[in-house]
Amino acid sequence: MIKHLLSMDQLSAEEITTILDTAESLRQVTDRPIKKLPTLRGRTVCNLFYEASTRTRISFELAAKRLSADVINFSADSKSSVAKGESFKDTAWTLEAMGVDAIIVRHGSSGAPHQLSRWVKASVINAGDGAHEHPTQALLDLFSIRERFKDLEGLKVAIVGDVLHSRVARSNVKGLITMGAEIVLVGPPTLIPKEAQTWGARIESDFDSVLEDLDVCYLLRVQQERQAEQLFPSLREYASLWGLDNRRMQTMKPDALVMHPGPMNRGVEISTEVSESTRSIILDQVANGLAVRMSLLYLMLGGRSEVDEIPLEAIAQ
Amino acid sequence: MRSPDRRPAPTGEFVLKARVMEPADVRRALTRVAHEIVEANKGTEDLVIVGIRTRGAPLADRVAAAIASFEGVDLPSGALDVTLYRDDVALKGPRRLEATTVPADIDGRVVVVVDDVLYTGRTIRAAFDALLDMGRPRAIRLAVLVDRGHREFPIRADHVGKNLPTAADEVVKVHLEEIDGEDAVLIGEYR
Repeated sequence: MIKHLLSMDQLSAEEITTILDTAESLRQVTDRPIKKLPTLRGRTVCNLFYEASTRTRISFELAAKRLSADVINFSADSKSSVAKGESFKDTAWTLEAMGVDAIIVRHGSSGAPHQLSRWVKASVINAGDGAHEHPTQALLDLFSIRERFKDLEGLKVAIVGDVLHSRVARSNVKGLITMGAEIVLVGPPTLIPKEAQTWGARIESDFDSVLEDLDVCYLLRVQQERQAEQLFPSLREYASLWGLDNRRMQTMKPDALVMHPGPMNRGVEISTEVSESTRSIILDQVANGLAVRMSLLYLMLGGRSEVDEIPLEAIAQ
Repeated sequence: MRSPDRRPAPTGEFVLKARVMEPADVRRALTRVAHEIVEANKGTEDLVIVGIRTRGAPLADRVAAAIASFEGVDLPSGALDVTLYRDDVALKGPRRLEATTVPADIDGRVVVVVDDVLYTGRTIRAAFDALLDMGRPRAIRLAVLVDRGHREFPIRADHVGKNLPTAADEVVKVHLEEIDGEDAVLIGEYR
């Protein structure tokens, strides 16, 4: 298995499948009276978060605890050593000296997890870096789609909204293309990055024109501060052009899914009616995130740290 | 330094020394084990049959089917993947997981654990922990197709298809129709 998970670029279709299959087995634990496995006893996982997060941090914390690992939460807020001016590198070395086995890192700067992985012996998992990547979100999204459609090959997926600033979009595009899905990026031209043409996805600004073909409509969170940068005129105009409301949803195929990484801006990119409809699998995404993160922690830490990486193909045998 | 694991790593090629059970032997042994389970339990009441993945699972199904054929009772049965409970996860690294399908309610039941080969007893130890995380059985019994000796834990089988004295450097392979296309028990070694 891979030592670090920094980007979806690292993973082949076969490796993704192993991670998702393992997650499927681990999800059963959630339905048991004792929701705990002894597998990672004695291992220590640190959540190192330089940006606000609720679901990702809690999901990683719970995943590690379900596997009996010890968890440390470090938030770079006003009460931490970072407020006293400690550098990223010194924080990393401090954690290393305490003997953590894995560091789950979220950072505002793209590439911070890569940098961290060069400084420490622990495994590093990227939990979101700037506008770059959020690979575990993409894996849980792939899991959630696969749960409904069995095979990702040939599925038509729209990713809608602020692709420019979205690490979720970047990781999902990579993962979905690896698994053989077809992607269309939809949003205001100001929020679709120029280089998106090289991603292997189609680009469309007219939301209504793509709806009837879709198997999955994936809505990105509108980062409201982007309006101040005048990348779109108003939230109301955004909602009318690129928001998914009931009228638009009705033009989709009956079995098409609606997804959102959370947290939602109801009434902007998604209406309350849509988010609570039977096509919405938004809460499944959250539940599946736990299983997928357990799977990753097991596959990455479920071996002796000094042993060389075990190739995923070997585990698949 | 003490060796952490005296079992030889399966490197090289498996060289067959002897076929010790043929399809008819496997069938007779399982039929006898099925009868023994019911006899020891004084009937089929509260019995649950659980096979340890990989090859214990089809064996459990066969034992349950045999009991159904002569007692006319369909016992709850399932399969258990003990990978996450093994004591050698840190040593050997992660392995592929398979589904655990233990019947929902094992509280107060007599769970018969079925496996193909009983060797060190470590797999069975892991199975105990896994089962106890799912409920509180009244009793756990152990039925195996082959007991090859060399126990490392104080564990014994209640029902044994065949006792097979072996050397520690020998390898016992159980082949089952459902997985390997034939029923057989082989002894050999890796060279």
